[in-house]
Formats: sequence, C-alpha cells, structure tokens
Amino acid sequence: MLLLLIVLCPIAAAVLIMIGAPARATALFASIATLLMTLFALALFDRGVHEFQYISSFAVSTGWGINFAVGLDGLSLIMVLLAAIVTVAAIWFTDKIDKYEHAFYACLLLISGGAIGAFASLDLFFFYAFHELALIPTFLLIGIWGNDNRSAAAWKITIYLALGSFILLLGLILLYQSVPIAARSFDIRTLQEAAGQIAPEAQRHIYLILLIGFGILVSLFPFHTWAPDAYAAAPAPAAMLHAGVLKKFGLYGLLRLAIPLLPAGAHHWTNLLLVLLLGNIIYVGLVTIAQKRLDRMLGYSSVMHMGYIFLGIASANLLGVTGASILIFAHGLSIALLFAIAGEVRKRTNTMVLSDLGGLAKVMPLAGLAFGFGAFAAIGLPGFANFAAEVMIFFGAFRNGFAIERFHIFQVATVLALWGVVISAVYMLRAYRKVFMGALGERWRNLVDLRPGLRLPVTLLIVALLWFGFYPQSLVRILSPVLQTYLSTKQP
Amino acid sequence: MIAPPNLEIAVLILGMLLLMFEAFMDKIDKRVFAFAGILGLTTVLIGTFYLAPVPQIDHASGFWSFYTADPLAIFFKRFALLTTILVLVMMIDYAPTVRGSVAGVTVQAGLGEFFALPILTCAGLMYIASAIDFVMIFVSIELVTISFYVLVSFTRRNPLTLEAGVKYLVLSALSTAFLVYGITWIFGVTGETNLDRITAALANSNIDQTAMLFGAVLVLVALGFKIAAVPFQIWVPDVYQGAPTPVTAFLSVGSKAAGFVVLLRVLRPFLMLPKMDRLLVVVALLTLLYGNLAALPQGNLKRLLAYSSIAHAGYLLIGVACFDGPAVTFYLVAYLLMTLLSFAVLIVVAQQAGERITDFDGLAKRSPFLAFAMLIGMISLAGVPFTIGFFGKFFIFYSALAHHQTVLVVVGAITVACGFYYYLKVVRAMYWRPAVKNDAIPVSGLSRVVMSALIVAIIWFGVYPEPILRALQPPSGQVAMKSAADH
Repeated sequence: MLLLLIVLCPIAAAVLIMIGAPARATALFASIATLLMTLFALALFDRGVHEFQYISSFAVSTGWGINFAVGLDGLSLIMVLLAAIVTVAAIWFTDKIDKYEHAFYACLLLISGGAIGAFASLDLFFFYAFHELALIPTFLLIGIWGNDNRSAAAWKITIYLALGSFILLLGLILLYQSVPIAARSFDIRTLQEAAGQIAPEAQRHIYLILLIGFGILVSLFPFHTWAPDAYAAAPAPAAMLHAGVLKKFGLYGLLRLAIPLLPAGAHHWTNLLLVLLLGNIIYVGLVTIAQKRLDRMLGYSSVMHMGYIFLGIASANLLGVTGASILIFAHGLSIALLFAIAGEVRKRTNTMVLSDLGGLAKVMPLAGLAFGFGAFAAIGLPGFANFAAEVMIFFGAFRNGFAIERFHIFQVATVLALWGVVISAVYMLRAYRKVFMGALGERWRNLVDLRPGLRLPVTLLIVALLWFGFYPQSLVRILSPVLQTYLSTKQP
Repeated sequence: MIAPPNLEIAVLILGMLLLMFEAFMDKIDKRVFAFAGILGLTTVLIGTFYLAPVPQIDHASGFWSFYTADPLAIFFKRFALLTTILVLVMMIDYAPTVRGSVAGVTVQAGLGEFFALPILTCAGLMYIASAIDFVMIFVSIELVTISFYVLVSFTRRNPLTLEAGVKYLVLSALSTAFLVYGITWIFGVTGETNLDRITAALANSNIDQTAMLFGAVLVLVALGFKIAAVPFQIWVPDVYQGAPTPVTAFLSVGSKAAGFVVLLRVLRPFLMLPKMDRLLVVVALLTLLYGNLAALPQGNLKRLLAYSSIAHAGYLLIGVACFDGPAVTFYLVAYLLMTLLSFAVLIVVAQQAGERITDFDGLAKRSPFLAFAMLIGMISLAGVPFTIGFFGKFFIFYSALAHHQTVLVVVGAITVACGFYYYLKVVRAMYWRPAVKNDAIPVSGLSRVVMSALIVAIIWFGVYPEPILRALQPPSGQVAMKSAADH
C-alpha cells in the first residue's frame, strides 16, 4: 500500500495539475510527499532478506498473466530513493514558466512517476510501460521549453528512445518466450525462479537484443549521440530528471534481468561490452574535453560516466555489481546537481560558452561552491559516493579472471578505464576554472547568487552525496542480499 | 431474445425508414435524422447483447450455410454498429460543409441521404461479418461498396471530391471484377462456394492446386484493395483526402475492418495452399514500408491519416501472416478508437482552420481540450504504452516473434520509429508552435462527450484490456489462443 502510494503520487499529481490544480504547489507537495514516503519505506525496510517487500498486485489480464504488481527489494529501493530525491530537487529548481506552466509541471511529474513506476514494477509489462510514460513528456519538455537547438534535439532523443524501447520490448517478449511454457510469466519473481531454464544459445540472442535496447536508453557508445544534444537543449529540471534518473532505467534493467537470468549470454558478449564501454570512457571522455560549451560538456560527461557503470555490470561479481548499483545512485545525484547549477548560470548569463564566462564565483559564491561539490563528486574524489562506487567497480573488474603471470582482458580494460578518472578531472576542473575562477567579466558584475530558497535542494543533493560517500556501507547492506542471490543463480 | 439475422434486418429497415421520412419532411431540421439513426443503431447495439442461441440445425444447406453467428461475427457486428454511430456523430459536425457543397433547392438538401446512407453501409458491414459463403461475401461487399460510391463523392461541388469519387468508383469496380473472377476459379476447381466445404474439398488431393491458387490470389487482390495493402493502395491517399472527412473515417475503419474479417474467414481454406503464407509476409512487408515511409513527408493531416491507414494495414497483416485472429481483431478495435478520435478532432478543427498540419499550430493554446484529444489519438496511433494502440502492437509483435518472423519484426521496429516521427509532427504543431489566431474553436456538446468517451476508452483499455480480450474469445478460447501463439 505504501509503495502503491509512492508510485501513484506523482502521476496523480500530474493529472490533478492538468485538470487545474495550482501547478507549483501541487508538484512540490507531491514530490516532497513521495520523498517522505520513500524515506519511511527505507526506514521500515527489512535489510536481511532478498525478497521483495511492500508488494501490491492487481490482475490486468488473466489470459496473458499480466499483473500490475509493485514491490521493492534493495536494488529497486535505492533507485526509487534516487528518483524521489532528484524529483524534489528538479521541481524546486523550476523557475517561473512563461507558457503552459501547468503542462511543464505535469510533464516533470510524469517523467518522475514513470521512472519510479518502472523501478518498482514486478511485472515486465509495466516495467516497460512505465518507462515509456516518460517519452512524450520529454518530447514536450525539450520541444516547448528547450534552449537553442531544441527542435532537432527533441526529435533526436524521441526517435532514438522510441527505437531503443521498441528493441527492448522485442527482447522482453523473447525473454518471456524463452522459458518453458509452464514457467512462463511476466512476473519478475516467477522468471527468477525459472532462471536456470533458459538455454545458453537463447541467452546469447536475448542478451544482445537487451544490450542494444537498454544500451540506446543509457547512451552506450555508439548509441550515445542523442544524449549531449538533448541535455544541452532541455530545460534544467528536465535534464536533471532525465540524466539523473530516467536514463538509469536501462542500467537498472540490465542489473535486474540480465545478471540473474542471462549470465551465459552476458559472459558470451563480455568482450563486446568491454570494447563499447571503453568507447564511452575513453572516446567520449576525449570528446568531452574538446567541448566549448558548459551544457554540452555536462551532457557528454554524463555519457562518459555510464562507461564505469557498464564496467561494473560486465564484471559480474558481487563487488563490481554492487559498485555499479551505487554509482547509478551517486551519479544521478551529482549530475542533477551539476545540471541544476548550469541551468542557474544559463538563466543569468544567457550563454553557455565556456570562454565567455569566468570568475562567477565572485558574484555567485554559493553556486560556485555547489558546482565544485558536483564536479568533485563527478571526478570521483574520496568522500563522495561516486568515489566509493568507482573503487568497488575497479577492484571488482580487475579481479575478474586475474592471474599473476598475465593480464586478462578485464585487467586491460580496468587499467584503460582508470585513465577515465584523469580525463574527467581534466574536463571538470577546466570547466570549473573557466566558469567560476579567473577574472570576473565586466558584464557579469551584477549577477545575483542562488536565491535562498534554492539552498535547500542544493543541500539535499550535497548531503546525500557526502553521506553515502562517507558511509557507503548503508547502501551496500541494502543491496547485498539481492545481488548475492542474483549472482549465485544456478546455471544449466 | 433476438435471433441474430434480425439485427441486420432492423438496421436495413431503420435506414429505409429514415430515407422515406426524409423525402416527405423537408421542413424540419435534417439533423433529426442523424439523431434518430444514432438512437436506432444504439438500440440494435444493445440488442446484440441479448441474442438467442443459434438453432442446432444442419449447416450444410439453406440459410445457415451462408450466414453464421459465431463470436467473431457478433463481435464485428458490434464493431460495425459502434463505428457507424461514431461516424454519424462526426457527420453532424460536418453538416455545414455538406450544405455548402451540395446543389439543391432547399438549404438542407442532401443532408438526409448523407445521414441515411451510412446506416445502409452498416447493414452491409454486418452481413460481411456473418458471411461464410463466397456468394454472400460478394453480395454484402457490394452493398458496402455501392453506398460508399455515393458517400465518397457526396460534396460534389468540390473538384477534389469529384476526383476522389471517380477514382474510388473505377478502382473499386476493378477490384470487384477480380473478386468475381477469383470466386469463379475457386468454384470451378472445387464446385463449392461455402468456405467450410471448400476447405473440405481442398483436403482432397486430386484437385487442381494451381488453378485454386490462381483463384485465391485473385480474391486476395480484391481484399487487398479493401484493406489498402500494397500494391493495391494507390487509390487511398487521393480518395481519403477528397472524400468528406466523416466518410474518410468510415472508409478507413469500417471498410478496412470488413476486408480483414473476410481475410480471416478465407484464410483457413487458403492456407492449405502452398506458398500462401510467404505471399502474405511479402505483402505485409511492402505495406509496412510503403505506408510508413510515404507518411513521413506529408503536410496534410488527412493525407497523413490515409498513409497511416496503409501503415496500420501493414501491422494488421503481420497478425494475418501469423494466423493470429485475436491479435488482428484486438488491433482493429484499437485502430477504431484511435482513428475515429483523430478524425473527430480533425473535422472540428478543419472547419475553423484547415486540414494541413500547420493549421494545427498552437492548438494547445486555442483549445486545450481538442489538442489533448488529438495528442491521445496520435500517441495511441504511434503505440505509446498506457494507450490501447500499444497493446495492439504488443499482441501483433508477440505473435510475430513466436512464429520467428524475423524479417517482419526487424522491419516493424524501423517502421514503428518512423511512426513516432510523423505522429509527433502533429503534436509538435499543436504544442510547440505559436498560434496564428487565438480564438477558441467551438466544439458541440455531443462531440465533446464522444471525444471524452473515446479518450477514456483508449486509456482504460490501454491499462486494462481484459474486457476486449474476453469478448474476443469463447470461454475455452484462451487456451486455443495461447497454444496458437506458442506452437
């Protein structure tokens, strides 16, 4: 019941706003209520078991065995928590909207509700459907309220994601059809029980299709080109929600489906995935350094960091997968913070070109501080949740197939991926210097800092980053029962 | 309790009564006839839920060898009735345009026929749903087609309409010729016109399969014309664009559904022929590609919907190629709801602004309700989850994957992505673009109610499709459907 409220709260609020409830008040109230309920669910969560908790289930089609079922285990709990935190921040950061104010908030809430619903769904059908709920709102958000090159960006992200989702849908149907008829179910719990019964050959096909489908949604190299354009053009709250939360759906899907159900398929395609994720880390990383605009730099950096998470997923051991899960959470918070501050800078200066900016920390000290925190977290400095997660990923990946006398492909990939930390330090620090340090340009003298009301969401994000950075064990304890079960699945 | 054949008779009498009264009462507001028609059809629709069971008699000869009242037939009778009711509602909105483009002595000349003809068409559609004999199939298809000849060219002062009427007449007559010729070949080979007995005759090994195949292909050509399958789709864009918009909606839903019912019925004997399944796959592929690719550059919404109707015929043909009757039927229901909703909005907007997509610029500012209704129609046509259009695609592609139709699935994925582009083009116009004018577009109370009902139905069945799935199947049918999908 509690979880049902968490899932339906943003969607109900979106409907109310479209009917005519006061937009900002309703949206803020709904998002804060969602966050509070999620924290409540976190507090009451039984950390010792791997089973789903807070389950509610309603039959939708008996003939097809489709149920509307929601439930939380450790993995989905931290995803819902991430979504709830970023939603509050994104809605709080929304300024006055000049046209269709109601629609703006309704779209934000639909993206958030879609993401929460997808993370909480126990049924493959709704897992998929909730994610797609965010597609049209994204199209509208970028198209109506976007910046600069909004038209092209909105088309690109929508067509890309529609295609990716459709490929994903085909993969999910194939997954459903691959288990013996008696064991077939759209229910993730039942599928989990049938995990060992999928033939290795079928696993290979399905994993590849899912990897492409999810990969497009997560901007896996070479399907990443939609992301920088879309995030550069999107209004800041939309970019926060999309890059911070919605994009993580694909990674969550791989963790939830591919790791327990298709281990043989994952093993077969490991080398391919390693090459692609190095494309994310090294190639996209270098592209990020070359960016001349802050918004595109952040967009590319969010693509680049997906590479680490994929590395953790590819490593397929407890350490790496736990690291990947935590990095999903940490990156969601840090990128939301960065997009929020970049949005504030854009609002005041109307430019995102790095060379035009400079010295803004003198007039916007709070924004500078917040951006600094976000940048340090994104680089992966110790003390932030990102650091804890990346360390786990690197150790987990390095350990795979390790032999003292020669380097296995995983060791090579890990060493190359480590250079990504250097690359991200280069572009983040360079951007920080160019925007906030140096001489203050004459025309920026009269800028004002973040208004006091915004201190709260900024603090929320930074505190979460630091808390889980110093105490990642709190996340590990929640995650480990379910991940341990997933990784010990018997294979035929 | 009503005997099934009385349904069609009731509809026919209703249509004729309306025509007769119309001839003698030229003083009253002609829209009364539309309301009377809606009321009468609704009564019949309610009547379909109180049918007497079919008598258990010998089906080998007599009336019941032409006519069946199986669940599929009943389902499509309801389908035809619902479509006609919705089309009549649209026709009321469209009446001012008709008045302007029909020559007559009085102001309302012609409106009475405009409202009465669809009811006769509806009777034809209901007969098609029940036809299990080629003679019956032919006669009922002709009833539908001939009333469409009149309807398509109804606003005859408009040259585009006249062009549409001529094109429809010539090509439709040609397809009829194909149908009759095909039937004669089949009759020549098997000596039967009843579908069951043709199936039985085909099981006999000493029939001439080549001749039978030739006849079957000719019949498929005629049906391809009805359902707008490539390469028999050439008439569609021009006729859809030129015909009065409610008639276009009727053509694209009613006529197409009729074609698919007949296709499903004749599939059982035809599938015993060699190479038939491959032929269907090729036609489905061509239809998908042509419909979707040609829709991409369209700037006129009515024409766009014409190409989209071809595209959806492609998805339906995937279901046909996989022999999945329930999936096809479900898709047709989805198609009915979302297409009629889009046409209903188009009619209202077109009277004030125009039919081009640019005429929809800023509609969200002018009339938020109409824009929202169009948004729901478009995203359902594109196949976004939580709308009925998604479930339609889901069932179709489920069965394609179960039958290992890899090529169809791959092409389908590409065309779905195309679909997002051209349907969202309309959404872009309504929400992104600034409005040229700012005055609200008036919507009549009845249309508003009907549009709201369609929106609710699209979303409701998009979340909870069970009522339709249940109506599609006799109690034991679920097992049959599952096993058909799984084999």
